[in-house]
Amino acid sequence: MSTPLYELRQVEVSYEGRRILEVGQLAVQQGETLVVVGPNGAGKSTLLRLLNFLEPPTGGTLLFRGEPAPHPAPLELRRRVTTVFQRPALLNRTVWDNVGYGLRVRGGAPGEPLRELLRQLALEGLVDARAGSLSGGEAQRVALARALAVQPEVLLLDEPTANLDPYNLSVVEGMIQQLRAEGSCTLVVVTHNVFQARRLADRVAMLHGGRLIEAAAAAAFFETPRDPRAAAFVRGELVA
Amino acid sequence: MLKASRLLLLFLAVVLVLAGCAPPEPAVLRLATTTSTADSGLLEIILPSFEEAFNARVDVVAVGTGQAIELGQNGDADVILVHARAREDEFVAAGYGLARSDVMYNDFIVVGPHADPAGIQGLATAAEAFAAIAAAEAPFASRGDDSGTHTKELSIWTAAGLEPSPGQGWYLSLGQGMGETLQLANESGAYTLADRGTFLAQRDNLPDLMILFGGDSIAENPDAKLYNPYGVIPVNPELHLGIQAELARQFVEWLTSVETQEQIGSYGVDRFGQPLFYADSEPYRLAHP
Amino acid sequence: MPQSFLADLIEIVLLTIRVTGVALAAATLLGVPGGAMMAFSRFPGRRLLVAVIFTGMGLPPVVVGLVVYLVLSRSGPLGSLGWLFTPAAMTVAQTVIALPLVIGLTLTGLEAVDPQLRLQLRALGADRRQESWALLGEARSAVIAAVVAGFGGIVSEVGAAMLVGGNIEGQTRVLSTAIILGTRMGEYSLALALGGILLALAFLVNIMFIRLQHRPPWWPGR
Repeated sequence: MSTPLYELRQVEVSYEGRRILEVGQLAVQQGETLVVVGPNGAGKSTLLRLLNFLEPPTGGTLLFRGEPAPHPAPLELRRRVTTVFQRPALLNRTVWDNVGYGLRVRGGAPGEPLRELLRQLALEGLVDARAGSLSGGEAQRVALARALAVQPEVLLLDEPTANLDPYNLSVVEGMIQQLRAEGSCTLVVVTHNVFQARRLADRVAMLHGGRLIEAAAAAAFFETPRDPRAAAFVRGELVA
Repeated sequence: MLKASRLLLLFLAVVLVLAGCAPPEPAVLRLATTTSTADSGLLEIILPSFEEAFNARVDVVAVGTGQAIELGQNGDADVILVHARAREDEFVAAGYGLARSDVMYNDFIVVGPHADPAGIQGLATAAEAFAAIAAAEAPFASRGDDSGTHTKELSIWTAAGLEPSPGQGWYLSLGQGMGETLQLANESGAYTLADRGTFLAQRDNLPDLMILFGGDSIAENPDAKLYNPYGVIPVNPELHLGIQAELARQFVEWLTSVETQEQIGSYGVDRFGQPLFYADSEPYRLAHP
Repeated sequence: MPQSFLADLIEIVLLTIRVTGVALAAATLLGVPGGAMMAFSRFPGRRLLVAVIFTGMGLPPVVVGLVVYLVLSRSGPLGSLGWLFTPAAMTVAQTVIALPLVIGLTLTGLEAVDPQLRLQLRALGADRRQESWALLGEARSAVIAAVVAGFGGIVSEVGAAMLVGGNIEGQTRVLSTAIILGTRMGEYSLALALGGILLALAFLVNIMFIRLQHRPPWWPGR
């Protein structure tokens, strides 16, 4: 078994005395798609921030490629990972300027590969549109293009299709499936949609009340979940 | 796309460069004087000959009497020219100034509305005029700002045995300069004590005021108490760094010299048909006994 | 007479532009990064500092003038600079007056930017400087408004200009102090004309700022 890309050992995040996240043991393998599920407020977004090296755990160790991740994380490390959030946060500029932002920040120049990416996400007609004129679905596709433009080692997606109509949902999921097939990127997807989880996951981790309660390969998670709350989620029940 | 911001940057850069490029300057003498002195226009006429003769520039800071003296005390002026005898003597006695020299005097007049409700025209002294105004409770505008003019006004009330206060309604204490005070008197038909020079200079803008006490020229002023003597005092250089002591000394010498004094004594004839000031320096008095 | 009057007038206008221009430039170069720093960091005493800045926005300009006078006076701590009654003193006073306005309005403008955007920019790998530039670009309208407010606060200010400049003919006479002199001497038409020129100047500058607000900016976030 090769070194996992990420390894969390006894990781904790607390704010002002309140424990927000508690992960005893979790590993993310390179190239896999990990889906993180759980009810609202379960700490999923906090987990993604840890994985993007945006904030450090207040306890425990976070390892990246076997080495503890320093904090503040060096720019070079941070730039290997990027996140697409539930609500696309675009700059008040054109689509082209937005999707190229990550590239320019790294000193690169937006060019033909970026145009190709826009075509794949059905955005080539909107290149000069201003961000404020986009629909919710278009904006989210722009956010996804922006993230993919930097060719990250790790792509984190926090409820990426929660606010989208079926068409946009299918475009975004289609891109995620394409990335899975190419295998070049490690994906961590947060979702509350059990069907989406089934479609996308190689492995599933479930958080509840900030605590990791179950982590298993997709088949094992969906067919023989050990925790009753995981079982309820798999059955499609709302888990509070 | 870049033009507006580039232009702004260019503009800023030019402004900053200009700010840094000051041409080499002649010696600068800073003279603190009163607004009425500056407004009379006398300094504009006589200063150029000093500036040429001594390759200097005289920066005239015209403020209220109190502030002019304060500037002298703080060493922010090299020489002061004011008309408040008691305070000038205090200034020298306290060591802020080296010595006081007589320069010139002008006079005050009482102006008021043409109708002259208090009937002050034809009275013998300023004190009597003030008493009449108080008795008639006619509106009176006071500078109220501790200036030389205000100090003189207060001394006249004292001579008349009166002590008016704003609470009485007809006595208006403005806290403003001579020009503004005359404007208010003009607008509201009030009496006021003014230096002749400022009144003559602004007469065209004061159609509803006329000279009711003090005569039509300094020679015709019946009350010597209305004479207003000026003193020039170089600031004591030992109290502060940077005082232009030598230039100040030269300035006093020049200002009191007979030649300059004669210029002072004839100032105003062109503009107003009468001189505004009487030359009164010691050298002048000695030359014209 | 009219010839030298025009020359005097040009001198006064140029000095006004120079003094206010330099003061505004200084207030912007200090105030925009200052406001950005305050918007983006948390440090002990931050709330107190924000309160001080907001109070500074309402400072009576003549009080600033008085304090600057006391500092630059020969009997004051910085008298040896010799700046009193020169354009330098006026520039200092105007910078002090404009600075809280620029800082305060930049700060509030930046705080109004979506906090989610900050997180997103960092997730996209922006370093501190790149993040600040991008956010300043988002708040560009507000930042320019901050500079406009600073400009408005100083171009027509007269109390401090009088106190620290002295309204010396040919040296420290600017439009606002020349107007006061005109009113004091009862020359109302002159004062009004000067006022008109001052307004026209302010109007032109503000038009330039408005165009800056709406044109696409350059992208220094590289």
